[in-house]
Amino acid sequence: MVSDSGLHATYLGPILERHGYAATSLLQILREAQEHYGYIHPSAISYISVKLGIPRARIEGVAGFYSFLHLRPHGEYRVLFSDNITDRMLGSQPLLEEMCRQLWLQQGKVSEDGLVSINTTSCTGMCDQGPAMLVNGRAITRLTQQRVQEIGQLIRNRTPLSDWPSDFFAVDDNIRRSGPLLGNTLAPGAVLSTALTLGSENIIEEIKQSGLRGRGGAGFPAGLKWEACRNAPGEARHVVCNADEGEPGTFKDRVLLTRQADLVFEGMTLCALAVGAQHGYLYLRGEYRYLLEPLQAALQRRRENKLLGKNILGQPGFDFDIVIHLGAGAYICGEESALIESLEGKRGVPRNRPPFPVTHGYLQQPTALDNVETFCAAALAIHMGAEKYRAIGTPKSSGSKLISVSGDCPRPGIYEYPFGVSVREVLADCGAVNTRAVQVSGPSGVCVAASEFDHRLGFEDLPTAGAFMVFDDSRDLFEVARNFVHFFAHESCGFCTPCRVGTALLKQTMDKIAAGHGTQYDLHEIENLDQVLQTSSHCGLGRTACNPVLHTLRHFRPAYESRLKSLEFKPAFDLDGALARARQMTGRDDAGAHLKTEGA
Amino acid sequence: MTDTFQLDGATVSFEPCQTVMQAALTAGRYIPHLCYHPEFKPHGSCKLCTIKVGGRTLSACTMPAEAGLQAESNIEELNALRRTLLQMLLVEGNHFCPSCEASGNCQLQATAYELQVMTPHFNQFFPDRPLDGSHPDILLDFNRCILCELCVRASCEMDGKNVFALAGRGITKHLIVNAESGMLRDTDIALEDKAMHVCPVGVILKKGVGFSVPIGARRYDQRPVGAQALDDAPRPAISGSCDACEGKS
Repeated sequence: MVSDSGLHATYLGPILERHGYAATSLLQILREAQEHYGYIHPSAISYISVKLGIPRARIEGVAGFYSFLHLRPHGEYRVLFSDNITDRMLGSQPLLEEMCRQLWLQQGKVSEDGLVSINTTSCTGMCDQGPAMLVNGRAITRLTQQRVQEIGQLIRNRTPLSDWPSDFFAVDDNIRRSGPLLGNTLAPGAVLSTALTLGSENIIEEIKQSGLRGRGGAGFPAGLKWEACRNAPGEARHVVCNADEGEPGTFKDRVLLTRQADLVFEGMTLCALAVGAQHGYLYLRGEYRYLLEPLQAALQRRRENKLLGKNILGQPGFDFDIVIHLGAGAYICGEESALIESLEGKRGVPRNRPPFPVTHGYLQQPTALDNVETFCAAALAIHMGAEKYRAIGTPKSSGSKLISVSGDCPRPGIYEYPFGVSVREVLADCGAVNTRAVQVSGPSGVCVAASEFDHRLGFEDLPTAGAFMVFDDSRDLFEVARNFVHFFAHESCGFCTPCRVGTALLKQTMDKIAAGHGTQYDLHEIENLDQVLQTSSHCGLGRTACNPVLHTLRHFRPAYESRLKSLEFKPAFDLDGALARARQMTGRDDAGAHLKTEGA
Repeated sequence: MTDTFQLDGATVSFEPCQTVMQAALTAGRYIPHLCYHPEFKPHGSCKLCTIKVGGRTLSACTMPAEAGLQAESNIEELNALRRTLLQMLLVEGNHFCPSCEASGNCQLQATAYELQVMTPHFNQFFPDRPLDGSHPDILLDFNRCILCELCVRASCEMDGKNVFALAGRGITKHLIVNAESGMLRDTDIALEDKAMHVCPVGVILKKGVGFSVPIGARRYDQRPVGAQALDDAPRPAISGSCDACEGKS
């Protein structure tokens, strides 16, 4: 025991030191501890518990909440295939199965020698260059049979990740259509210089006049949020950038953080000036771990150029700095109050609201929390002036919007449009043909059928956070919906009854229909569950978890009905299925180990 | 002066900072609940106290009372929702009432009776949740846990011990104890802790006293949960007077 804690002290000491023994850094500390050891050792938890003064059960609770943290050995190489529907459409499943065969292991299990584990993970934000995977948290794109075989070989040979071919890790930006945001050539600090001449109140006024609305999906007016934050009583104010881009099918923030990091930080600093904040946080999703070093370098450059730190641009009292906080695989942390909980080093469970983050956010202090794209757009609006910015887009949706296009089209990638572009125009630009449906704004958004392609992206008509997944007429929309239902069940935080149990029941029912055991009764059950989820869930995840099923049922009911047994009712209990465990235990799968089914 | 709001057509008065739940219970009006407890901060997770205000659904336990509010609670639409939520809790864990030591003292069972839940409706999950009998005086039967976090809150807020915490996520969320071994015997729990006495179901049990009160003579066997909840609510004496007590007759 003593030698154990001594062992862990050697690598944990410096990590804890670097984080100033702050409980709010718990998630960061656990992430870094895991990078050393591959998993978080029970003795490491005890050590951290003593040093931070946090009960160890609570630390286990935090670690157990995030998909990328492990409390048991999980293999020297931890392979996670991105499991978005777009990855599946590009053939991720056969690749996963082949890799399991190649390395002689079962999905979800660690190999006997402790070398490797293979499993799936929620969308990693590489839909434009999938199928994708994460190996020990590092993103690998454009998987092919050959690439997967090479990876298997590298793992077998225990080649360190740093020695793997660098083109495995290449991530393309795939910008297909540029606009005022992606095309800007603003020098770092240019917007802040303008902002300093305006002063805090005029910045907020200008943002209000520009009509800028939050780009995360809900579309709350940014100017009003900043004003409320500025006016809220508090000891300290905070600016938080939501870069936890977890909605399957969305990857625009990835490109903004790669290409426009300075604009993101400029927008955050602008917000800090407007609301009077001194501390900024960028919550970066764990899947984008590879962006951490470049982003930190960008922050360092800005500090050296007096664009962060004390007396920014020589303005006395304009003090602001930004730290990057890495997530660890939890979609729910994209919800603003869950993100703040996570930022405080806790389980990412959405808070009861009111009060809202704008008055009681990070550490219960006034917090202006916006999406990556919103901060960029805010900087642009100040640079262009409210009037010119407002001239772009539509009356209620001013400015431009980045759309992440993926799925069945020859040109997936990032498209910047003024708000008000129709679904049809986007489809034409990305070269999609024979399109059956588009999933706008991800699983929690809407499934748009061909008859609705003239609808326009914008808050008046089709609000979107940016995902645009295209499905052509070869696709089965039932399987699309089932993939999304699995996603929500996996990502439910489990706080409230309806979402925790309801998403699991919905998943069971969809799987039952997929297995050919469904009846009309199950379609009614789905509708009932939808009702419960929508009316009583604690947050948006539960309230939107049934959208994919509702929308596909509305437009593509035959995709469901063709799977139903012709019987009106069939017992949910599958007698033969119940013997599966017995078969597994006895290693049998012959005909005699199965019950005879009708017609067989 | 106190303000008032409407609950199912009745006028309910409230003090500043009270929630709809607190005001309703104080006024003698029951709103079904499991994770709410008068001695703890509201949690808002079980969702049984879902009410309707102006067409929107909200949790009564976390919703601050507001003057003029028009709230609906005891309506069939919401009671049907509550039945479904109870059924969800019943299939999520392993609840075998006839052999359960908590039967008759169990708030989940009593609330299900109160709302006339007749069947579990959904397929049972039958989760694998091993017992913890390591402690000499206390047994933990996780099969019955409904994840209300009352023991977590009691141990933290009142006992200052943090014996319990939640781990996992989604349907795999579960209760754990504060010990490297994961065993209750290695925690500092004590029989007199508040955490020993707040479980609304039958997870945290004192050993050696099982079935000492016979089924039929237990808490909810005597009075239904709706009446018990009102007894437990802290509230001022009922207004009005009794001539007998005041010696006027």
